Amino acid sequence: MRLMTSLLAATALVSALSGAAYAKTLVYCSEGSPEGFDPAPYTAGTTFDASGRTIYNRLTEFEHGKTSVVPGLAESWDISEDGLEYTFHLRPGVKFQTTDFFTPTRDMNADDVIFSFTRQGDETSPWYQYTPGISWEYYNGMSMPDLIKEMVKVDDLTVKFVLNRPEAPMIANLAMDFASIMSKEYADKLEAEGKMELLNQQPVGTGPYTFVAYQQDAVIRYKANPDYWAGKQAIDDLVFAITTDAAVRRQKLEAGECHIMPYPAPADVEALKGNSNLVVGEKEGLNVGYLAYNTQQAPFDKAEVRTALNMAIDKQAIIDAVFQGSGQIAKNPIPPTMWSYNDAVEDDAYDPEAAKAMLAEAGVADLSMKIWAMPVQRPYNPNARRMAELMQADLAKIGVTVEIVSYEWGEYLDRSKASDRDGAVLLGWTGDNGDPDNFLAVLLGCDGIGGSNRAQWCDPEFEDLIQKAKVVSDPAERTALYEAAQVEFKKEAPWLTIAHSKVFMPMSTKVKGFVMDPLGYHRFDDVDIEE
Amino acid sequence: MLRFFLNKLLLIVPTLIGITIVAFAFVRLLPGDPILLLAGERGVTPERYQKLLMQFGFDRPIWEQYFQYVLGLLQGDFGISISTKREVISEFLARFPATVELSFFAIIFATVVGIPAGIISAVKRGSTVDQTVMGLALTGYSMPIFWWGLLLIIFFSGMLHWTPVSGRIDLLYFFPSVTGFMTVDALLSGQKGAFGSAMSHLTLPAIVLGTIPLAVIARQTRSAMLEVLGEDYVRTARAKGLSSLRVVGLHALRNALIPVITTIGLQVGVLMAGAILTETIFSWPGIGKWMIDSISRRDYPVVQGGLVLVSIIVMMVNLFVDVLYGLINPRIRHQ
Repeated sequence: MRLMTSLLAATALVSALSGAAYAKTLVYCSEGSPEGFDPAPYTAGTTFDASGRTIYNRLTEFEHGKTSVVPGLAESWDISEDGLEYTFHLRPGVKFQTTDFFTPTRDMNADDVIFSFTRQGDETSPWYQYTPGISWEYYNGMSMPDLIKEMVKVDDLTVKFVLNRPEAPMIANLAMDFASIMSKEYADKLEAEGKMELLNQQPVGTGPYTFVAYQQDAVIRYKANPDYWAGKQAIDDLVFAITTDAAVRRQKLEAGECHIMPYPAPADVEALKGNSNLVVGEKEGLNVGYLAYNTQQAPFDKAEVRTALNMAIDKQAIIDAVFQGSGQIAKNPIPPTMWSYNDAVEDDAYDPEAAKAMLAEAGVADLSMKIWAMPVQRPYNPNARRMAELMQADLAKIGVTVEIVSYEWGEYLDRSKASDRDGAVLLGWTGDNGDPDNFLAVLLGCDGIGGSNRAQWCDPEFEDLIQKAKVVSDPAERTALYEAAQVEFKKEAPWLTIAHSKVFMPMSTKVKGFVMDPLGYHRFDDVDIEE
Repeated sequence: MLRFFLNKLLLIVPTLIGITIVAFAFVRLLPGDPILLLAGERGVTPERYQKLLMQFGFDRPIWEQYFQYVLGLLQGDFGISISTKREVISEFLARFPATVELSFFAIIFATVVGIPAGIISAVKRGSTVDQTVMGLALTGYSMPIFWWGLLLIIFFSGMLHWTPVSGRIDLLYFFPSVTGFMTVDALLSGQKGAFGSAMSHLTLPAIVLGTIPLAVIARQTRSAMLEVLGEDYVRTARAKGLSSLRVVGLHALRNALIPVITTIGLQVGVLMAGAILTETIFSWPGIGKWMIDSISRRDYPVVQGGLVLVSIIVMMVNLFVDVLYGLINPRIRHQ
């Protein structure tokens, strides 16, 4: 009987498919399987591409191709004078997706918004542990439990977030995947049926694409959401063909089995660019690789010593040898795709002679130091050992002896936090929410000493600027503050800023309107494909 | 015979205990604190660290952790995946048919090609044919799977467009999974061309995965055949004037096959190891790819549980082969 039902279902699907034989289909050769379809418990970009960016929306959204924030499910918002109350005015008439497993009976409202957050913060909510072992990494990681005092439903289409302290990046936090708005009606239905775990397997959102099916580790299928509030998408079917190996993704793209792929092997990029059926998109990743001095230890407590060392290192040679074309020189601690990036800042010139003279002037002779090289590959640093060796050779030219040290990764991360650490440490950061605060305050703020501030650097002027930028909500004012902070950073040189990775995205020339995302998402809203 | 079977069965128990210890220790012996590794550059607050420590059970003494772990295994609890938050056993079962299907076709390919190749080699011993076959077998045995797979993809899929690059079936076909075996489901779906598409997707991965077993089977067949061909009863058969085909195909082959069958059975372990690479290259959604992905995600419960489950399966197959060997080998059968 079960076989019969399955056969009937299959036949129905075939007829449905043949009816849609001329449907526009875009095939994306994705790099891995999503961990689940509820984006909030997860941290991987692969999961966000397959859930948060396709199926769901948030109160605020990242502007397509930018790091700035635009209205999403909230049409507008007001921020109180003291920066403690954020009132969101929800978009009326937004429909949740209708699927085989759920038909919504009402539009999105304030209850959905409040549910989406309380499930992550309220330990008494049945949804807090709706599948075993679940934890809310980003909600906690972005300090939401300390930040949100309460959420108030003012009316069906108005929600007020009351904060414990002013926090301007709040608006950007709400555009992150953990803040995706779920249907409370669907959740209630699952809870009543005792099938809560399905929230993570059969998702329902308000986003551009409706989930159809997932074959584990193989294929995810979506169709355009006909009720999407911003209008139905131009492509009818979106397919993620999961292909983990970069060489195989390339073959599939060249054979026409998919239209677009992420993360080509760096060695393949030139060949892909030479293929007339393809175009290769290119953008800087939202990351920075750096060498952090320990500014609390002599002689690295002197800005001129740090600057002299920075001037002795040939960054272009590092980019060529270590990144092999997939990186670009970093002059600021934030990547160039981020708003408030100060392009007017001038990088220290590579000048070993001047560096030598500066060191002598600072009274430093026969300096020997340690450079810590990470044992793992990261987009912002594909080969730390090689990088450290190049630095060692450069610094030897100005009479500085370098010893390279390394530890196992967990140990490396832990030990490098210590404020009495001996040596400069190679590390990097990949941004979460496109807000400069997520780089500057986390990595260089006084609070981060003994933690994520590996330079152990606390500069009163810099601190003052970033703290002000945290509490003012006017974007222009914040931009000016962050620009000034970057100038102060360059003057004080707590780091050698090394590189931002470059991300490539090869695609068929048939793909239209795909925008490379500075936050590293692969978004398919507003994408079309030529027949 | 029953005693033979019981003996083999009893031997499994200490092996199983050994495997649980290895799987358990392997995760603990890996350098680094798993929680710090999971947190990465982002780091973790001391309170959250404590919470996660308790959640993973790492705060308890090591012997207690092991005891809990084995107790769980006995109740069929293989843990919960850190990344997907789903039960390891259900994740395993969802992917297992894909690996079985691939391994089945790989071993069919290896047997169908390997046995005749070994026979020809033995019959034409010392000839160019023999040297070529054995040379190819050695090459096949020594070839890195990853390189071999990519080479075939580039040639047959990239240049000749004869086979699809990867996956289990063309994206055009979409039907619910009934058995988990794509070829069977394709037939059941009744969709025109679905079965052909599934088979064409199987071709390259089955060849790649079957290459090493093919080489082993060919060599084993050759040496077993050579041994048998020198026996008195073969000479007698020839003396009786039987045709060469009948002597080789019936009298000699039947006896030569006994060790070959064992060899085929023992290839299951090799297939499991090979599946890890083959599935990764061909984006084949089986347990090999699942375990590789879990290693890169540092999903320890999956690596640990997967290891135990795969070991159990390999042991079961080996037991089956032993019993089969006993059944077809009169010397053991009559003991």
